[in-house]
Amino acid sequence: MATYQDSRYNIALPSGAGGSLVHIKTIAASSDSTISFVDGTSDVVLDNTYRTYIFKFINIHAGSDDVLFSVGFRDGSTAYDATKTTTLFQTEHNESDSGTPVFTYATGDDLAQGTGFQVMTRNLGTGNDECASGELWLFNPSSTTYVKHFMFKSNINSNDDSSDASYGAGYCNVTAAIDAVQFKFNSGNIDAGTFKLYGIA
Amino acid sequence: MANYNAVKYDGFSKGGLKLIKTLTASSSATLSFVDGTSDVVLDSTYKEYLFIFNNIHPGTDNSAFAFQGNAAGGSGYNETITSTNFRAFHAEDDSGQTVSYVTGNDQAQGTSFQRLTSNINSANDSGACGYLHLFNPSSTTFVKHFIARVGYEEQEASIQVDMFTSGYFNTTSAIDEIQFKFESGNIDAGTIQLFGVA
Repeated sequence: MATYQDSRYNIALPSGAGGSLVHIKTIAASSDSTISFVDGTSDVVLDNTYRTYIFKFINIHAGSDDVLFSVGFRDGSTAYDATKTTTLFQTEHNESDSGTPVFTYATGDDLAQGTGFQVMTRNLGTGNDECASGELWLFNPSSTTYVKHFMFKSNINSNDDSSDASYGAGYCNVTAAIDAVQFKFNSGNIDAGTFKLYGIA
Repeated sequence: MANYNAVKYDGFSKGGLKLIKTLTASSSATLSFVDGTSDVVLDSTYKEYLFIFNNIHPGTDNSAFAFQGNAAGGSGYNETITSTNFRAFHAEDDSGQTVSYVTGNDQAQGTSFQRLTSNINSANDSGACGYLHLFNPSSTTFVKHFIARVGYEEQEASIQVDMFTSGYFNTTSAIDEIQFKFESGNIDAGTIQLFGVA
């Protein structure tokens, strides 16, 4: 159980000796086509204040059936089209326990120096028991020397009634800083869900 | 900058990460976290510790990033480890991709430094980012588990790698020192942060 002393310690030293997982911003989706975290906008911090950032996405519910949840990164322009090389592997297990559980590299949903959005889940439906939760780590996005690494993991109740996990990682192969991150489905809106951004001091 | 409301909820209501120590490499042969030295805490204060790696950049081509522990009262980073290692990779030119076990990066009761990556080169578009969880290192009853995930660009032809490593120090002695290094050459640059998970 945290004590008052713990809380006081974090407040006094948020970016120094105390350190912590510091909450920056929460955005609730409501039939939104995209959800964006833009440095300097609406209290979002996504710069050299922190070395590491974590996005949590919780109960992300699609507005359309048979869609993929994805992420894009902005590297200096207004578009979320930073060049990326990525890996993605996934598992699947049906609620009915039928068939052989899937463990596979997702060849069609990775990127090789691609500028499109990176898929972070298997296929979602619109049933209330179908949604996605997970997290995305972004390392040192303000670096103008190194590529910007990211890694994520997610789980969904898919549109064919299975538990599907996705593990992806990659780098934005650019020296420009990444100053904004956007989430969306490949089709339709984000009907509901919660997005949280944290900085690690 | 977090406001009071944000800190109140994350630091007070949920507990969280407590930064213990940040080490910045600068052509360093090793980076070591030693309990009781230079403000490092690595004992029973926390049940779980988290190391975060940011842009760990080798000084020499073709070298793997690795770690080992030293037991309390012992000498040398040479504890017995049994571990697993697998990775997904994808070439930038789309010439290959898969997920598979990496036999050469595991250990079976070995005492070598545990690989967290395969070979990395020293170009600026290389380097490694990721994290390592170390569970209950002060236990004198149980083995000490660790779980790591590191992303990097591999030596050969611009290949992106997502590497997963887990295992345990197979000892009942407490582990109170952790050291990181490249198997050859220095750590040219990068930071390693140690957090306690409250």
